[in-house]
Amino acid sequence: MKKISYREAINEALTLEMSRDPSVFVYGIDVADHKNIYGTTKGLIEKFGNLRCFSTPLSEETLVGFGLGAAINGLRPVNVHMRVDFLILAMNQIVNMISSFQYGSAGKLKVPLVIRAIIGKGWGQSYQHSKSLHSFFAHVPGLKVVMPTTPNDARGLLISSIRDNNPVIFLEHRFLYDAVDEVSEKAEPIPIGKSKVLRRGRDLTIVSTSWMNVEAMEASMILAKRGVSVEVIDPRTISPLDIEPIVKSVFKTGHLIVADYDWINCGFGSEITAQISEKCFGKLKTPITRLGFAPTPCPCTRPLEDAYYPNAIDIIRNVEKMLGLSPTDLSTETFYTYENKFKGPF
Amino acid sequence: MKNFSINLYKNIYLIRTAEEAIISVYESDEMKTPMHMSMGEEAIICGIISALGNNAQTFGTYRSHALYLAVTGDTDGFFAELYGKVNGPVHGKGGSMHLMAPEKGLLATSAVVASTIPVAVGAAYTNKTRKNKKVVAVFFGDGAIDEGVFWESLNFACLLKLPILFVLEDNGLAVHTSDLKRHGYKSIDAIVKNFNCKVVSSSTTDVEKIYKIAKSALKNIKAASKPIFLHLKYYRYLEHVGINEDFSVGYRSKKDFESWYKVDPLIMQRKRLLNKGISKQLINKIEEKIKIQIEQSILKAKGSNFPSKQDLYKDVFSETKRK
Repeated sequence: MKKISYREAINEALTLEMSRDPSVFVYGIDVADHKNIYGTTKGLIEKFGNLRCFSTPLSEETLVGFGLGAAINGLRPVNVHMRVDFLILAMNQIVNMISSFQYGSAGKLKVPLVIRAIIGKGWGQSYQHSKSLHSFFAHVPGLKVVMPTTPNDARGLLISSIRDNNPVIFLEHRFLYDAVDEVSEKAEPIPIGKSKVLRRGRDLTIVSTSWMNVEAMEASMILAKRGVSVEVIDPRTISPLDIEPIVKSVFKTGHLIVADYDWINCGFGSEITAQISEKCFGKLKTPITRLGFAPTPCPCTRPLEDAYYPNAIDIIRNVEKMLGLSPTDLSTETFYTYENKFKGPF
Repeated sequence: MKNFSINLYKNIYLIRTAEEAIISVYESDEMKTPMHMSMGEEAIICGIISALGNNAQTFGTYRSHALYLAVTGDTDGFFAELYGKVNGPVHGKGGSMHLMAPEKGLLATSAVVASTIPVAVGAAYTNKTRKNKKVVAVFFGDGAIDEGVFWESLNFACLLKLPILFVLEDNGLAVHTSDLKRHGYKSIDAIVKNFNCKVVSSSTTDVEKIYKIAKSALKNIKAASKPIFLHLKYYRYLEHVGINEDFSVGYRSKKDFESWYKVDPLIMQRKRLLNKGISKQLINKIEEKIKIQIEQSILKAKGSNFPSKQDLYKDVFSETKRK
């Protein structure tokens, strides 16, 4: 099996799609500088020239509107934003224009536009470099929202997003770029709108998004040592949501934790909770638990930042509570810290 | 050249008469869509659209009755959309503020001020990379130049040297607030001249003069391969939204209207036809034909079907993808 990092996976998907389709181009603030968006746009100028990979002025709303204009006119733009927090400047284009455009043209125009945005975390990123916002985007009809966790999913889902004839918001977590994992030998598209079971289990279901999959996998491995079997499901696509594998899992386990990489209030975790309550009402043995960011802006200083983000320990303690277990001794466990980069595998 | 003048007159007459027809039926409350009337701006739209010819793409605002009719001539579709009927160009989903005709190059009109400007820049980028010689014209009002996205888009288009015509249709008003109360600078033209962009300014309401201005602008875009900024003044005859005059409410005076009405684009072009020796009878005949066309379009629209309930869910997403 071939092993590549998440950043290489993104780079491979872009390179492949730009090779097979001359209408694909990549643009955004600093996409063509020496840092290449964490290495994800490396080599694109050399291979495809500066008309198909270029850095731009700092004009988020215009950049996104520009992508819409290029998309309805026959190109397939990939617009990159180094922090999703800055994409809020383009919300008018995303919510008023792009999401409604196909509908408003009675299907006459298609919008094959990908907006890549990066989620920041850690080392004092504070409250403007740390949001994920997938719930904001998923609230709006007409947008697809994709949030891959593994290198294979990042590659396959980016290929599908570029080939899709709808606008796709593609959210990448910065901590995941170093993650190395097995990928299929041949780069294949992975369908948008399919959840994936990352780990099979029978006692409790965890639905987790983006970075929270790393925490959930770590928690489930620790719990496995004492015989607790946790099923971890990554929806991968926030909108459209594939709820069926989650329903199936909850029918089996009767317990659900939603560990969302976002604030809890009115968030994606609430949506999963509502849908599972509707579909699994008689099967739930305990109330659904939602984990997410503290209901505060993200603080800079480390002790508060640590308290702000949920982690594997929070997941373990909630699993114990829901299953009526005594607390696991975690004194010998080592947990992820950003000083030691997460390298995978999943 | 007589035919050229007649055709421009026909276009203006069609737009003016279509809007007069809206006024006459609007009270019946069957057209349930907010009307931002074009009356007063017809010369700008007709002159430029005529100069652009077929190999162009256009973007407009919520005040796009004139633009839609000048680009398409399609009164059937126009009235069907205003009545919310399924045979409107966007099946009743857009109404007065979102008229479009992609097959004729009118790619978008939009209600949020300035929001089509960056989209037009993206379309122009496509045309430049495809080397298809298409020119994009984006129309916006003077309210739009208060928006940040206008400046971002102008900057980006000038940086990329795109084949695009920025058309500022300046009526001196954003809703009910005059430019004097909104602008902390003296001259938009002076500022835009500092961009890598040619600026042409005029307050003529003569459609043929505007045609010539636009023709020369198009030549310039091709020769200099950079954007053009056309700053054209006009007077908005009616209220911001709605079908009525609003001279009594105090933010502007009827005297202003009267001085602009002396150079009304429709009246001026009609006089030109007479001066060129075109008979009153012929002009009357042309006008009568257009009136009948509009009456029939309204009847057709009223008799057409609304979209079905299932249409509510149609076209949110495309089910297609690139292979």
